[in-house]
Amino acid sequence: MARYGMAIDTTKCVGCMDCVVACKTENNVPEGLNRDWIQTIVNGEFPNLTMEIRSERCNHCTNAPCVNCCPTGASHYDGGGIVLVHHDLCTGCKACIASCPYDARFINPEGYADKCTFCVHRVEEGKDPACISVCPTYCMTFGDLDDPNSEISKLVKSRNNHTVLPEAGTSPNIYYLIGGNNA
Amino acid sequence: MNSISRRRFLKIGAATAGVAATAGALSKFTQQAVKISSSVPEKGVYTIPTYCDLCFWKCNAIATVKDGKLWKIEGNPIDPMSKGRLCPRGTGGIGSYYDPDRLRKPLMRKNNRGQEEWVEVTWDEAFTFIADKMNKIKSEYGPEAVALFSHGIGGNFFKHLMKAYGTPNLAAPSFAQCRGPRDAGFRLTFGEDVGSPERTDIENSKFLVLIGSHLGENMHNTQVQEFATAIERGTKLLVVDPRHSVAASKADWWFPIKPGTDIALILAWINVIVNEELYDKVYIDKYAIGLDKLKKTVSNNTPEWAYPITGIKAELIRETAREMARYKPATLIHPGRHVTWYGDDSQRSRAIAILNALMGSWGRKGGFFSPVSMDIASYPYPEFPHSEKGKVDNPDKKYPFAHETITTGIREATISGKPYPVKGWFVYATNLIFTLPNEDETIKAIQNLDLMVVVETQPSEITGWADVVLPEATYLERYDDINVEFFKEPFISIRQPVLEPAFETKPGWWMAKKLSEKLGLEKYFPWNNIEEYLDTRLKNSGYSLEQLKKAGLIKGDKQPIYFEEGVTPEFPTPSGKIELYSEQLAAYGLDPVPRYRKHEEPPPGYYRLLFGRSPVHSFGRTQSNPILFDMMKENEVWINKFIADKLELKSGDYVILVNQDGVRSNKVKVKATERIRQDCVYIVHGFGHTSKGFVRSRGLGASDNQLVTKYKIDPIMGGTAQHLNFVTIERAA
Repeated sequence: MARYGMAIDTTKCVGCMDCVVACKTENNVPEGLNRDWIQTIVNGEFPNLTMEIRSERCNHCTNAPCVNCCPTGASHYDGGGIVLVHHDLCTGCKACIASCPYDARFINPEGYADKCTFCVHRVEEGKDPACISVCPTYCMTFGDLDDPNSEISKLVKSRNNHTVLPEAGTSPNIYYLIGGNNA
Repeated sequence: MNSISRRRFLKIGAATAGVAATAGALSKFTQQAVKISSSVPEKGVYTIPTYCDLCFWKCNAIATVKDGKLWKIEGNPIDPMSKGRLCPRGTGGIGSYYDPDRLRKPLMRKNNRGQEEWVEVTWDEAFTFIADKMNKIKSEYGPEAVALFSHGIGGNFFKHLMKAYGTPNLAAPSFAQCRGPRDAGFRLTFGEDVGSPERTDIENSKFLVLIGSHLGENMHNTQVQEFATAIERGTKLLVVDPRHSVAASKADWWFPIKPGTDIALILAWINVIVNEELYDKVYIDKYAIGLDKLKKTVSNNTPEWAYPITGIKAELIRETAREMARYKPATLIHPGRHVTWYGDDSQRSRAIAILNALMGSWGRKGGFFSPVSMDIASYPYPEFPHSEKGKVDNPDKKYPFAHETITTGIREATISGKPYPVKGWFVYATNLIFTLPNEDETIKAIQNLDLMVVVETQPSEITGWADVVLPEATYLERYDDINVEFFKEPFISIRQPVLEPAFETKPGWWMAKKLSEKLGLEKYFPWNNIEEYLDTRLKNSGYSLEQLKKAGLIKGDKQPIYFEEGVTPEFPTPSGKIELYSEQLAAYGLDPVPRYRKHEEPPPGYYRLLFGRSPVHSFGRTQSNPILFDMMKENEVWINKFIADKLELKSGDYVILVNQDGVRSNKVKVKATERIRQDCVYIVHGFGHTSKGFVRSRGLGASDNQLVTKYKIDPIMGGTAQHLNFVTIERAA
């Protein structure tokens, strides 16, 4: 069974939002809403500063609260562990929005809960998600975390990394690569 | 990736989220306006290659039309510059087509200039009016009394029209308001400038120095891609910036330098490098002159001297000078691009050029490559009329090393009538209100005109001052000239229409040709249409339009680009060598070796206003693009956290910036941050639109240019320095 995820190299990411723009055009995301976004974390005081820039989106969690709480079964795990929403089953009750620790979901003007799909329509064609395919810094890698020989598995194994809010217990599948290598 | 394609991907249920190509905010406009180019089928997915126009980089792109609707635009994988990946602005390029605020019909002024009240007219009425005025100006004052301001390759056909009309006054703000000082500084040193795209070999550099260049926020695609590659390869990175830029956050050294003191830092580096003999001796011996004079001139510019000026500790300056030298010749001190800061910018650029020369990086891998291009025939036009009067912008060669026309020189002549009157302005795709410093002077000049024409896709502020506004089709709806690129490998590329022009917009080439007919200059436009023009140039060069349209670009043979690959080192200076000491400058009484001179500092309670770029907007040209608007709606003023606390301001509060001349900005949101010094504030350029036509973006954020009432002219080349304005901060009511 595949488990799809992303590894995003924060040392290369410049936070340019190309990923956000590409998602918007690829998926025709409505005006005023976005399925991915840039998070910038600054630590320290002038001039001793560190900064991490992250391209964030739905973590396609292995233990996804949005799936667990969905009263109609609209939110579900699809192939490869990708968390998707059956638009026709979704009533727009917003339970999933409240449950997501990453604030990754919104209600589409057409009435259903909307979020990152990992661009399944592209992945099925053997392509990268749109956000990855445009990235001018080549900082993102998509692939199967259960396959030890995949590029993403090798990166997660060899590079220092972290996930976002691991304490939420959701088992997120997006890994942020940081400086240095794993010993 | 491709790891996925080689593996069987579990089939995902068809009922789940697919591409919602029918929903979305853009569709309303689509249904009204879209007219697909006749060559595009109504059903299915169809792709057309073209090159981007969201900035001047001209990345090659592929536009995708799905079921008759423009869906997306992506990089062309065979493009050496974009490598198949556009920047966020390019990716959002379809928004310029869908922008509901774009200009739709030719307009003529109803009341006074600047009131933005219009009568819609036909193209023929507009052209007749313009031609009558131009003929009148020509007979009264001569053809030189009409000037063209343009930006980008789209201006080519108007430049051609103006040359045919007989004026030599063709200018672009990209020179005197942007890169001009850099180009002058490098020309004086190496005999050549760094060009555009810059000949910087960032990906192969081993030590990269950025002085005020904020790559990553400044989204020059190839440079950002190479920057990321360099980071991955472990290139040592030193960033000199009063602001903790994105690049600074990735640097091995961040020097939060006191604004206006960069030359002192560079001279101190040079001092260490020459005194400790860390320069590339073989290279300097062979190719350079003036080392002794350089050494003598900088003898007092020690790191200890520079510390109190710059705020950068002497031992750090010394350490980094040595580190820089360790990686030579793959040490690249980036020349920057927008460098009109303090008025001695050509000298700062020359100091950077000299430092690069000492590293032996000019012409070398990891430094500055030698760009190559393809030989494409010009169109066989008749000879242009000769101007007896010459250019108006730089009388008596006041700025001796201005190698392009000075926009602000034309403006000055338009105000003063000297050395001769200027009575007509043609403005193509450049928002002079946001571009030239001191808006009042620009308006004063415009009031002296008998004719003011603006060619634009959008209702930029300058259109408000026009007599006639000619609405241009966006880059997705038109052909432009062939792009003959100068880069690491030679190629040519084409911009071609993906869609028919919306509303009553027309491409620039069509306007120029129609105007030439009204002006009796049709012999200069002998081709019937743009395809014929392009095909003639291509056929005369051994290619064809059909071939170029299909692939989007054609590459030439690879050629050597470094000295070590066989490029002949040539330095077209008067001495034929790299001039560390410039006799040319000395002859004009200018510093032959750059010197540090103190700049005015903000008085108590004032902060120096700095400005720069956002990755999601180009100049002031994209704020109304609905996709890019969603990425960044307004700019913020970066204020040091300590200062913000003192002023009892927090992030998200709105303030007014008031400059030293009492000019008040639009309200702008505070970003209270540790990421900037206490003596300056920073905003992203291009916001604070005031044009009535910008329904979406008007009134959002502050315009830096509005606050740039004070400027200083670079004595070497006439550039206008803009980082000289000081602001106080008032809470917005």
